[in-house]
Amino acid sequence: MKRIALLGMPNAGKSTLFNRLSGASAKVANWPGVTVDLLSAKILLAGEMVNLVDLPGIYDLHGYSEDEQVVRHFLCNNSIDLIIIVANAAQIDRQLSLVLQLRALNLPAVLMLNMADEAKQLGITIDTDVLAKELGYPTKLLSAKYGQGYADALHQIEASLRGSTPTEIKHLEQEFSVDQEVESQLEKIISHSVEMPLQVSYTLTEKIDKVMLHPWLGLPLFFAIMYLMFQTVYTIGAPLQDGVAWLLEGFRDIALVPLLSALPPILNDFLIDGVFDGLATVASFVPVIIVFFLIMAIIEDSGYLSRAAFLMDALMSRMGLDGRSFVMLLMGFGCNVPALMGTRTMRSRGLRMLTMLVIPFSLCSARLQVFVFMTIALFEPAKAPMVLFSLYLMSFFIVFLTALLFKGKFHSSEPFALELPPYRLPTSRQMLLRGWHEISHFLYRATKFITIGVVLVWLLTHMPFGVEPASSASWSGWIGEFMSPILSPAGINPELTIALIFGFVAKEIVIGALAVIYGMEGEALMQGIAQQIDWVQAYSFMIFTLIYTPCLATIATIRAEAKSAWFTTLSLAWPMSLAWALSAGFYQTARYLGY
Amino acid sequence: MSDLQSLSSLRPGQTATIHAVHTDTSGFHFRLNALGFRSGKPLLVIRIAPLNGPMHLRLGNTEVMLRQDDANMIEVLV
Repeated sequence: MKRIALLGMPNAGKSTLFNRLSGASAKVANWPGVTVDLLSAKILLAGEMVNLVDLPGIYDLHGYSEDEQVVRHFLCNNSIDLIIIVANAAQIDRQLSLVLQLRALNLPAVLMLNMADEAKQLGITIDTDVLAKELGYPTKLLSAKYGQGYADALHQIEASLRGSTPTEIKHLEQEFSVDQEVESQLEKIISHSVEMPLQVSYTLTEKIDKVMLHPWLGLPLFFAIMYLMFQTVYTIGAPLQDGVAWLLEGFRDIALVPLLSALPPILNDFLIDGVFDGLATVASFVPVIIVFFLIMAIIEDSGYLSRAAFLMDALMSRMGLDGRSFVMLLMGFGCNVPALMGTRTMRSRGLRMLTMLVIPFSLCSARLQVFVFMTIALFEPAKAPMVLFSLYLMSFFIVFLTALLFKGKFHSSEPFALELPPYRLPTSRQMLLRGWHEISHFLYRATKFITIGVVLVWLLTHMPFGVEPASSASWSGWIGEFMSPILSPAGINPELTIALIFGFVAKEIVIGALAVIYGMEGEALMQGIAQQIDWVQAYSFMIFTLIYTPCLATIATIRAEAKSAWFTTLSLAWPMSLAWALSAGFYQTARYLGY
Repeated sequence: MSDLQSLSSLRPGQTATIHAVHTDTSGFHFRLNALGFRSGKPLLVIRIAPLNGPMHLRLGNTEVMLRQDDANMIEVLV
């Protein structure tokens, strides 16, 4: 199969073009260097199936940071039929340097000048014929986001693919002593093919930045935006969750119960009170997650994340971190795993380790589900969003505390420069793709370990045969009893303990497990829990859930990225101890104060 | 009347031309180069982040943030 690689600088819209070519939903983020891991897709081009690989965004081929190394390794170890170089047309005077470096390697390529709409607005005109002739690469202008010029560009890609032969590079090292040459070529080519107004200005971006990056208002605005975001997730998400739970409950009572009534009671109980209730409870939170990710998508694509890095860098540097660490923490609100991989843009090992140590404290969307569940069950609707926001603040607080405590161990003095792209709005198409991506991601997880987790919880609560489910005579009762000396000082009862044990694998299992343990779902489950524990216990449980460990996938990623058993152990042991200390501290203090 | 000084001494609103990039950390000049820090190029200081934070600069059509410590390594012609 022929192989095509997409390559370009961060923020050139490479992922957007990848999505348009493949129809798949690679993540689009409007901040430099976020595309992580190698996404690939099989697509039909020029009458045959080809493999399209999305390489990380890189500034040049020198291999300064780990993602640049990834690209170098990819180019050296894979034969490639065609490289699609994506460059931001509005910044062609700068981004052409990467094209020239690639040309020095004699790789077959086409040049896609993306964001043609922005370039046009800025009054930049590019003569693609002249540029193509000087470069020796077919060159097309397009907007991958809105689709102008795409048909023509696709046509060119297909034509180039037909005539290309697989090429492999053997010696990347020697090929790069040519920087000076590249620079003089660049000036010459640009002067022949590009007309740029003397003073280019993104007036809208400037105006927005005047407010968003205001010396006094910037940080308060940032926190106001965060608060508004979670308020919105809660206000829109909670009724949706209720609706889906109601629908699933109806399905259970009208269809499932009569259908399975002929089965022996134990099997019936397993399928309905175990598997269905567990999965249905988890599934009812999918709308909350979709709303959350849609809002995240707007914020990520808008370019605001790099502004957050700008605002927070001074503070972060006092904690041994930098603005990028902060952006990764915000990315971690979605999922910790890609945020951990995003640290590949960091060169200094100390900085990268410290950032990886704090990312798991970032309150991810899976934990958000647990907290929405608990806050709906135990707090008044007016107070619930505040409770939720307090957990986000705590998440930041623990990050800062951890960084301050460990910064001496992970020293770094990495210089730091970051691009601040103009503000952009995602298209509805991009939003839809993102929403779909989250649903399919959930289904993938649901069919794998969430089901297994729910089944295991059912077994633990129902074995040995004949015991009252989840009673002290069941296996789960034994485990709960065994753990009780450790967790009862934090107000965490045996039922919640079992949920926490399974939550180690993935946080979604926590609510699924609670449904199975209590043998209820939806409204009834929340009421059942509210009868058994009070808000102090619930909050202590949430503190513990927030801190102790995100999930097995996060631990595996830390292990793979850090390549250190010592560091992996530290990133398990420290959060565990801290989780216990803080939740027990909170519980005992609250009780002492008479709550 | 032109005068050589370090980029970090510039205030918001000031423009200058890059004279030389003296990075001592290996490889960082590649990054600066790719972001558009090349001798002879004009730049504008848009703002400086609170708490003595990074500088917000514009070079050509690119806006970049750079820490003051690192800006210290760039010599500009005012």
